[in-house]
Amino acid sequence: MSENPETIIRFTNVSKNFGDFQVLKSISLSVALRERVVICGPSGSGKSTLIRCVNGLEQHQSGTITVNGHVLDGSRSALNLVRADVGMVFQQFNLFPHLSVVENLMLGPMRARKMSHDDARKLALRYLERVRIPEQADKFPRHLSGGQQQRVAIARALCMEPKIMLFDEPTSALDPEMISEVLEVMGELANSGMTMICVTHEMGFARRVADKMVFMDHGEIVETAPPEVFFTAPKSQRCRDFLQQILHH
Amino acid sequence: MRRPILFLAIMTLLAGCSSKWGWYVVNPATKSGAINLQFMLGGLKYTVFLSVTAICISVILGLLIALPGLSSRGWLRRASRTYVELVRAVPILVMILWVYYGLPQLSGLTISVFWAGVIALALSDSAFEAEIFRAGIQSIAKGQYEAAHSISLGYIDTMRYVILPQAIRRILPALGNQLVYMLKMSSLVSVIGMPELTRKANELVVSEYRPLEIYTVLVLEYLVLILIVSAGVRWVERRMQTDERN
Repeated sequence: MSENPETIIRFTNVSKNFGDFQVLKSISLSVALRERVVICGPSGSGKSTLIRCVNGLEQHQSGTITVNGHVLDGSRSALNLVRADVGMVFQQFNLFPHLSVVENLMLGPMRARKMSHDDARKLALRYLERVRIPEQADKFPRHLSGGQQQRVAIARALCMEPKIMLFDEPTSALDPEMISEVLEVMGELANSGMTMICVTHEMGFARRVADKMVFMDHGEIVETAPPEVFFTAPKSQRCRDFLQQILHH
Repeated sequence: MRRPILFLAIMTLLAGCSSKWGWYVVNPATKSGAINLQFMLGGLKYTVFLSVTAICISVILGLLIALPGLSSRGWLRRASRTYVELVRAVPILVMILWVYYGLPQLSGLTISVFWAGVIALALSDSAFEAEIFRAGIQSIAKGQYEAAHSISLGYIDTMRYVILPQAIRRILPALGNQLVYMLKMSSLVSVIGMPELTRKANELVVSEYRPLEIYTVLVLEYLVLILIVSAGVRWVERRMQTDERN
């Protein structure tokens, strides 16, 4: 494997088990700086586990994961360095329900970055502007629609000014009419040059935004291809079956 | 809430009219009755101060015991578990006697009645507080930790700003319960001579030979104290809820 100087995330032979069940089977994958990768595959294929390994929410058992030059070796210090570079958006939003929207955004910058209250608020309002909900700043998450909550979650991650953004099925818990507002924000982020890994079933979004499609099944990467090849001429039968199901229902 | 109290008051008054009662002993209209009442109420500040000090210590202690109980390290969990099981198994009265009479022999330090009471009550209660905190913290969804970690918060910040504020809202009714419980259990400290409400009543009974009236007044003293506490806890609960609902 030739060393690409622009590689920001590299998985080499990464495996992970939950008890006897092997969720990741010797995964090798590299993501270049500013690359947009979309991971898809049937549920239980290990795609969420894969991206959760990037910021150490899951611990892998063998192989190496390098993120922006730091090797995730299970140490606290490596974990802290990596988490400072990586933002994450969850399927269930995971906003802090006892804090207002703007406080949700300010918590990371103030506590992890030691930013002053006023600077953190300015930063937070700037990112709320960017996800187009500045008027909701002082409301509590529960008063917002699902789509708005997910945009707050994106803004919260961006407030930490990450180099890499992970999206774990960000639209799967949303009502259909709210999906597009979230995808729009994600599309803008992609255009701004953010390195992104998205686990999603939104194939229209994937086709528009992705530089690289990754198809996973049973804990393995079955196929990796640029979207124009992936959607028109997938090589493996498993991938063809999956696309058949997801595109024609 | 009001109705039962009214009912109780009427029943007591009616009962008080019967020939078996001798209310003169605590009748504030007479000089000796007023002195007796004043004597009894003299225990109030001890009961309140003792209970409040003990509950403050036991809440902090309970949290410090609950946190290692939720650790991923086995030996920390076992240590926390052992403490809870041991302390929970000691009757409060036995704990009071042990701390007041036993501990000074062991440590060589003399200990005042007040602090013996505070330590015994706080230790006894801490095991229950720990269980309450554990349940509260465990009720917070895993996603909250993950979100906190993903914005680079460490363990202490995650607990302080994300998990505990949510957990405490959920366990507030249980904490209020413990405060009520503590007020009642403080009566046991009378056995080592703490001049709180129960002790005062006992002393008066010995000199006046009117246990029925004096202990009835004692019951009412605790009742009023605890109704005030419950109202206070509900007020805090409401405030925190409106806080959250904005």
